[in-house]
Amino acid sequence: MRATRLLAALGLGFTLFAHADTTLLNVSYDVMRDFYKDYNPAFKKHYDARFKDSITIQQSHGGSSKQALSVISGLEADVVTMNQSTDIDAIAEKGKLLPADWAKRLPDQSAPFSSLQVLIVRKGNPKAIKDWNDLVKPGVQVIVPNPKTSGNGRYTYLAAWGYALKQPGGNEQKAQDFVAGVFRNVPVLDAGGRAATTTFMQRKIGDVLVTFENEAEMIAREFGRGEFEVVYPSISIDADLPVAVVDKVVDKKGTRKAAEEYLKYLWSPEGQEIAAQNYLRPRDKGVAAKYAKQFPAVKLFGVDELGGWQAIQKRHFNDGGVYDQIAASIAKK
Amino acid sequence: MAFKQASVLPGFNLSFGYTIFYMSLIVLLPLTALVVKTSSLEWGQFWAIVSEERVVATYKVTFGASLLAAIINLFTGLLVAWVLVRYSFPGKRLIDALVDLPFALPTAVAGIALATIYAPNGWIGQWFAPGSVLGGLFGSEGLSLAFNPTGIVIALTFVTLPFVVRTVQPVLADIEQELEEAASSLGANRWQIFRLVILPILWPALLTGFSLAFARAIGEYGSVIFIAGNMPFKSEITPLMIISKLEQYDYVGATAIAVVMLGVSFLLLLAINGLQWWSARRLGRRN
Amino acid sequence: MAASLTVNRSQATTETRWVRYALTGLALAFITLFLIVPLIAVFAEALRQGWGLFLAAFTDPDALSAIRLTLITAAIAVPLNLVFGVAAAWTISRFQFRGRSVLTTLIDLPFAVSPVVAGLIYVLLFGAQGWFGPWLAEHDIKIIFAIPGIVLATVFVTFPFIARELIPLMEAQGSDEEQAALVLGASGWQTFWRVTLPNIKWGLLYGVILANARAMGEFGAVSVVSGHIRGMTNTIPLHVEILYNEYNFVGAFACASLLALLALVTLAVKSFIEWRSEKLAEEDRRHATEE
Repeated sequence: MRATRLLAALGLGFTLFAHADTTLLNVSYDVMRDFYKDYNPAFKKHYDARFKDSITIQQSHGGSSKQALSVISGLEADVVTMNQSTDIDAIAEKGKLLPADWAKRLPDQSAPFSSLQVLIVRKGNPKAIKDWNDLVKPGVQVIVPNPKTSGNGRYTYLAAWGYALKQPGGNEQKAQDFVAGVFRNVPVLDAGGRAATTTFMQRKIGDVLVTFENEAEMIAREFGRGEFEVVYPSISIDADLPVAVVDKVVDKKGTRKAAEEYLKYLWSPEGQEIAAQNYLRPRDKGVAAKYAKQFPAVKLFGVDELGGWQAIQKRHFNDGGVYDQIAASIAKK
Repeated sequence: MAFKQASVLPGFNLSFGYTIFYMSLIVLLPLTALVVKTSSLEWGQFWAIVSEERVVATYKVTFGASLLAAIINLFTGLLVAWVLVRYSFPGKRLIDALVDLPFALPTAVAGIALATIYAPNGWIGQWFAPGSVLGGLFGSEGLSLAFNPTGIVIALTFVTLPFVVRTVQPVLADIEQELEEAASSLGANRWQIFRLVILPILWPALLTGFSLAFARAIGEYGSVIFIAGNMPFKSEITPLMIISKLEQYDYVGATAIAVVMLGVSFLLLLAINGLQWWSARRLGRRN
Repeated sequence: MAASLTVNRSQATTETRWVRYALTGLALAFITLFLIVPLIAVFAEALRQGWGLFLAAFTDPDALSAIRLTLITAAIAVPLNLVFGVAAAWTISRFQFRGRSVLTTLIDLPFAVSPVVAGLIYVLLFGAQGWFGPWLAEHDIKIIFAIPGIVLATVFVTFPFIARELIPLMEAQGSDEEQAALVLGASGWQTFWRVTLPNIKWGLLYGVILANARAMGEFGAVSVVSGHIRGMTNTIPLHVEILYNEYNFVGAFACASLLALLALVTLAVKSFIEWRSEKLAEEDRRHATEE
């Protein structure tokens, strides 16, 4: 089937081979592949039964911003599932592929589940790391992906920033000094979250890895549970993982109904249950109660408390922003 | 002078036309798009982007590491070529074939493999880690081979390894024995013969190999990224800056840096071709 | 090539035994450290958990489709560059014209362009925001994030290989034989097929082999234009990256070892070609002296 389509594509030179009405392309970021591996078959079963149809779901994974950039440049994604709303904002703003108020179209600001940043330490926690302020101690090596190229790294940066800001007597200057202290202890800045994990687990570099809660579970599955411990900090950031239908693409391909159903089903009890099984914190109260044991209560703050993604991106992560200043100050010491 | 000198051979129009057409389509048109995209910037804006502190730091890392890798290959390349041409030892043909491996192995695979070997817990890296046998020679911190500029040099040395060997080998093989015998009978020792007779002949080939290696190293991304550590101002390479700009949806900034890299590559290649022309003339005169 | 030269030298023109051993040892140490150990590492990592998992990596449908796409890409890109390489080499080695050296430099250019930039230029041209983007969208033609874009990026990075191999070869051979054929009444095409091609066939084959290896192994440029759609627009190097990011190291290195194997086969064929052409050259020489 695929072979014949490939051959057809060859023969015609330029053919788009995804024009069957019920083929959806889900353009997603790196660490979501495990969730969608479970979710796609479940959705197919639901959709095929309900609409007497046969749906095929194609997946594309990569760095969140890189994926958004591909969609802007013409990658025909029916739905995008990203790790921060700025990436979908960019698709709305630069690509004009969906309206600017896309987040209002689905419940929970279009984020069907969330995660948070946790600390992963070596077995036995030899450096006694309990909270964010342990990351700035001399002699502690912190593994974090590059905030310039990774959403994972940006959430870590903001979690540390928010922690410092919320300490008694905390202010912006203290927060900046604190984050600088964390990044001063970073020996390797990988381009993405998965590369950072490999550095920590495979190359055995660093004392603590900061990453998403659901990634901690993936690490346990792949590297074994005895190798490390998960430490929940006193406060962390609520990482909402937004999804959206790409209007221009679905209207052109005539797949709007299927695409909307695909995203809506994420909020169904079954979708929420699959999320919980992949250690993504569900929105559904019932499912959350059922899996409460695996999600310890952590005090969280949202990105909105720091001014929202657009303002944050501009102030902290764009060229010449606060992160660049921090990086420069570290390099000059 | 006419555009083309007369020749009895046919097919100039066809082959020349096709060459220009195909090259325009595949190389010139896309590269023009790059330059035109950049021209939407004022000169001042362009300069501000390409001379930003952090970007300048990447030039230093990229050019420094590329230069170092090319210099390493200048010496080891000459050594390998010398051994392959002049001495015989078991497995020589295999080694000779292996020299081309970096051309054929995908760069990302090379990067992952090198990171695996040279990481502090890798096959080779562990011998230089803190507290290890060889690491002790470099102080209590040991010697870190990966995730710093040393890692970049290692990756670039691997990727550009074949260039000097492959440019020097044929020239070295063509040097006539009589030349050395004559020098020897005039009382020169081996070192003098090498320095005064052989090296001057090899010099153009060495330079060509060196510049090709240098040009290739500057643009390398896939293998470096896995082993560089990517620390700002310390081990970030220029191609990473382009990627980083793209992540911020800054197409124009990315193309501005790309244009700088393109300009440097073009100048380097012109220099290489100039060298080849110069050496051809020199050799021509000798004959 | 040069390597198989018989090493029969008088005392005056070689080094003392100890210098020879030392130099050979140094060269071998360098080669081992930088070439042999990485190569072994790829295979060792791939086989870390036994043959079963190693072979399982190739039965995954996504891996198969990546292999298929890689083969298709190479099958289109290499012949395109083959025709170009011959035309360019004919133009540059057989005629003197203005701008000849600039043309030579331009042919080399893709070789020095960063792969990342190589991918970027096609996005600038054919992306939705690019020059031809709106027109392509109107006519529903897909170039980037589909096979044509992957082929184009591959054509770009392998552009110089065959031309570069042929130009010095054809310059060294000169055009005497072709001129003779023409004087004897052969047509242009007859001359090309019967005189030129047989003379350059080994060099041509070597160029094709190198271009093919590079086409199959290209990562940076293809990564920018692929779109990473699983089972659709992933080539083997991109599939390796995906597996690596899934912490499936055995699978990643297994697919990588496929490419390493390709590199080794490439080198073996290349050595065979060299050996063959040396033998032929020797026979020619013998014939020449006999006559």
